[in-house]
Amino acid sequence: MMEKQAVSWVVERHEEIEALINRYPERRSAVLPLLHLAQEARGYLATEDVEAVAELVGMTPSEVTGIVSFYSLLHRQPRGRYTLTLCQNLPCVLAGAEALAQHLRQRLGIAPGETTPDGLLTLEETHECLAACDGAPVVQVNLEYATHMTPEKVDRLLEALRAASQEAAAPDGEEDDAGGL
Amino acid sequence: MAFEPVLTRGIGELDLTDLKVYRAQGGYQALEKALRELAPGDVVQMVTDSGLRGRGGAGFPAGKKWSFLPDDGRPRYLVCNADESEPGTFKDRLLIEHHPHQLIEGIVLAAYAVQAVQAFIYLRGEFLEGYRVLQRALAQARDAGYVGRNILGSGFDLEIVVHRGAGAYICGEETGLLSSLQGGRGEPRLKPPFPAVAGLYGMPTVVNNVETLSCVPHIVARGPEWFRSIGPETSPGPKIFSVSGHVVRPGNYELPMGVPLAELIFEHAGGLRPGRRVKAVLPGGGSSPALTADHLDVPLDFDSVAQAGSMLGSGAVMVLDDTTCIVKAAYVLARFFAAESCGQCTPCREGTSWVARILGRIEAGQGRPEDLEVLKSLPGQMAGRTICPFSDASVGFLSSTLIHFEDEYLAHIERGACQVREVRSA
Repeated sequence: MMEKQAVSWVVERHEEIEALINRYPERRSAVLPLLHLAQEARGYLATEDVEAVAELVGMTPSEVTGIVSFYSLLHRQPRGRYTLTLCQNLPCVLAGAEALAQHLRQRLGIAPGETTPDGLLTLEETHECLAACDGAPVVQVNLEYATHMTPEKVDRLLEALRAASQEAAAPDGEEDDAGGL
Repeated sequence: MAFEPVLTRGIGELDLTDLKVYRAQGGYQALEKALRELAPGDVVQMVTDSGLRGRGGAGFPAGKKWSFLPDDGRPRYLVCNADESEPGTFKDRLLIEHHPHQLIEGIVLAAYAVQAVQAFIYLRGEFLEGYRVLQRALAQARDAGYVGRNILGSGFDLEIVVHRGAGAYICGEETGLLSSLQGGRGEPRLKPPFPAVAGLYGMPTVVNNVETLSCVPHIVARGPEWFRSIGPETSPGPKIFSVSGHVVRPGNYELPMGVPLAELIFEHAGGLRPGRRVKAVLPGGGSSPALTADHLDVPLDFDSVAQAGSMLGSGAVMVLDDTTCIVKAAYVLARFFAAESCGQCTPCREGTSWVARILGRIEAGQGRPEDLEVLKSLPGQMAGRTICPFSDASVGFLSSTLIHFEDEYLAHIERGACQVREVRSA
């Protein structure tokens, strides 16, 4: 076997990983929890993450790739710091979700599935109801809900995300060379 | 006599996520009673006698489901289906985020009843807050001896694992859910064998919805007679209706099963906006055929809604008023089904995309004269011809609107325009 550099989350979160795997009667069941963990560590799933998960649960990397491609919350490409997901199912559409989508595409200058050039935000439009129809139209930001959205509220949300991101980047100053916004 | 909420009592007023608060409301007393006084079979009998029917959509009697498990010495599993994703449904998220101990108590009771060795909560991946709430509540319950080894000194052990999904509507279908929980793609498989015989890891498995399991502590505490005294004979008990769309106060309303549709819309959800009228109602989520203004008297229970030609499903009542373009509504739902088909079966994979494309062009005013006939021919080629009920569900609303609102489809195709928009701009 070739010597391979271990992926950092596998080393750093070793105990947590073992506990996760031990929760299940069969190791394979830990594949989604481990993929969530890996994606949380890197922001997306690189090939080495897929390989590491495969080894941990006793699958082939191609099996794991087939699993990743099945689920909409798992990503093989780098993402923005925030993922903004707009619900486009019926209750939200009845409450103006399509106009909201139009507004966001124009405001951000990107299409659904794309990331802003500064890496701040990935825009997603989902047809799967987000189960918050009493707050339609609804948006999730990194899976946190924002309800009763309007173009004005979305604009304020974007401002808040930009501010939070600049604040987070300010102390070490290394990440913040994107400029622009 | 006014109906007292059961499953949602205290939500919005008390922090029921806190174990102390839950216990002060009588929480975990049913579990103590069951473990001290009742044999597992007694709990199954109580749930059977209560007439509780599954709140996830199918309405199957819960006690019957539990009694199907073969008694052959193999380990048994209990799985809570918390993958709530039927369009218009947001009741389980409420129960998870605001009443987690009620669910945990229901799970331990159900697991005791069927003598499961382990329980899993398959939680929708998008429910991050629900995940945090459940983890906190489970830690509290474990510390207090309600979950884990030798629960309350009874000798009964149960670990509960919260398993996060990762974004796939089809994982709400029980065999798709089990495939996903076993580490696979969430693709459904043919039944039989049913999960009761060959479920998780091939073992006897019960899969119950969040709201169903949340009913169990109340049935054990207050008895099957009390449960049966609420709602109609064949669909008893309280039910949470998620009301969405064109109503003044969309929200979750817990009412007796069998509440008339009009009462739910007009008395509880605040009615429609001034000058608007009911055009169509989906009484059971995006998979349910449309009811119309002629159906407002229909009692919302499993059998009555089925008799009216639709289904109660998860109890997600989507209200469309007379400003709604039916073709547009059908298109929005069709896009969803096309995006979420798992792709195993050709009639579903191809059919859902066909339906979405045809509806898309009709809605855009580019419908072709033959489109209506093609649309009418598709449901028969898609329903009942696949592994799971997704394909049938995907054409439920379409088929019903082709009957009730055919003129709207025709107007789009013949005139390239929407009648509703013409009326609105006139």
